[in-house]
Amino acid sequence: MLRCNDYVFAISPEEAYELNQKRNNVIIGGNGWLKMGKRQWNTAIDISGLGLDNIEENSEKFDIGAMVSLRDIELHKGLNSYTKGAVKESLRHIVGTQFRNTVTVGGSIYGRFGFSDVLSMFIVMDSYVKLHKGGIVPLHEFAKMPYDNDLLLGITVKKTPLKIAYSSFRNQSTDFPVLTCAVAIGEDKITTAIGARPSKADIRTDSIDVLKDIENYARKTARSFNYESNMRASGEYREHIAEVLIKRTIEKTEVHYGN
Amino acid sequence: MEIKLWINGKKITDNVEPDMPMLEFLRDKGCYSVKRGCETSGCGLCTVWLDGKPILSCTVPLMRANGRHITTLEGLQEEAAEFGAFLADEGAEQCGFCNPGFIMNVLAMARELDAPSEEDIKEYLSGNLCRCTGYMGQLRAVKKYIEHKKGARSDD
Ligand SMILES: Cc1cc2nc3c(=O)[nH]c(=O)nc-3n(C[C@H](O)[C@H](O)[C@H](O)COP(=O)(O)OP(=O)(O)OC[C@H]3O[C@@H](n4cnc5c(N)ncnc54)[C@H](O)[C@@H]3O)c2cc1C
Ligand code: FES
Ligand code: FES
Repeated sequence: MLRCNDYVFAISPEEAYELNQKRNNVIIGGNGWLKMGKRQWNTAIDISGLGLDNIEENSEKFDIGAMVSLRDIELHKGLNSYTKGAVKESLRHIVGTQFRNTVTVGGSIYGRFGFSDVLSMFIVMDSYVKLHKGGIVPLHEFAKMPYDNDLLLGITVKKTPLKIAYSSFRNQSTDFPVLTCAVAIGEDKITTAIGARPSKADIRTDSIDVLKDIENYARKTARSFNYESNMRASGEYREHIAEVLIKRTIEKTEVHYGN
Repeated sequence: MEIKLWINGKKITDNVEPDMPMLEFLRDKGCYSVKRGCETSGCGLCTVWLDGKPILSCTVPLMRANGRHITTLEGLQEEAAEFGAFLADEGAEQCGFCNPGFIMNVLAMARELDAPSEEDIKEYLSGNLCRCTGYMGQLRAVKKYIEHKKGARSDD
């Protein structure tokens, strides 16, 4: 349960940022993850009044506000047409409709959770986070940055021509994933992300020449990540699944976009 | 903190603790259909609509509903009874504890999706858990209810 002594609706990003500099204050996204904690916060900072709940699309990019729900992203026509449904595929297995109406992309990306389908999906695209203080940072760099007290305003995805696909493996539907895999193939490069290893998604980028031997690429790339065991699966099992998912996800790009 | 909101169309003003969960607030206001079945946002029992969208009242902070409209099963008696008859006809229920949250999400789905396939139905309702049944009766009831709604619409 979220426990706090005070609840403030920030009226500007600056105010939210300033409040968030105190260690006992916290920004609330959708409260999905926060509510699982036991900590007593001083001030809960509500940023739902800052107009961060829209997805704007133009010919070059998508600008997604931090407070946009996962469900709104899943249903967005532009994002799904750009990714041929990969974005929907990455989100639709997360808990349930009501949950995805409730939780936000800002909380999901800020959290950089190991199991995150959201991070795994966005990290292979030409994505950037927009931070109030830190400015614009490529998502794959943000993923490695230490947690600080900045305010995440939104995520930008550039419409770089990419063939994108997503797969996850779950022991049981709607459970946390055992492994996630996203692939983006551009004109001369292929980027593959593997997440839930169980540590958070990371990427490998290679020349598309590797696609001449997909089996070999899948094996080598799968082996290049580190895996660990937890209650869902062993590290060895994950590595094996990774190879299969990479292969299948590349095949999906071919089916969805053509060669 | 002062909060002003609408529950099932009725305007309510109250003074609440800043961290009062929406779920407990709704029960305090007599909406006993709203139940807590888990601590992890995973069961769907607490489903209500916030401005018409199904959300989890165990998770959304109550203060975020300030100035907005909440709908619970108590506010949808007619529709709930209509769908409830389909559930009863299929013998879908055992203890019935999961029923209010399930009905809230089925009614939301019927409004949001036009002609959902079996896959669409399963996906939309996957966040509503039932510990007694195997969901088969519910699935039959939902499909028949959707058919019935479609028929009613084309009669208009
Ligand atoms: C039971 C359960 C199952 C889940 N299963 C999955 C799954 O299978 N796959 C998956 O990908 N995800 C899963 N998630 C994670 C979920 O999708 C969200 O990523 C998570 O709930 C965080 O989003 P939120 O909006 O709820 O953020 P919150 O819980 O509100 O916040 C999370 C963190 O981010 C900070 N924060 C929020 N917004 C901002 C901002 N704008 N700027 C700076 N900091 C911010 C908060 O202070 C907090 O530290 C699951 C979560 C739960 C609780
Ligand atoms: S009480 Fe279980 S999802 Fe809300
Ligand atoms: S009928 Fe008992 S939980 Fe569903």
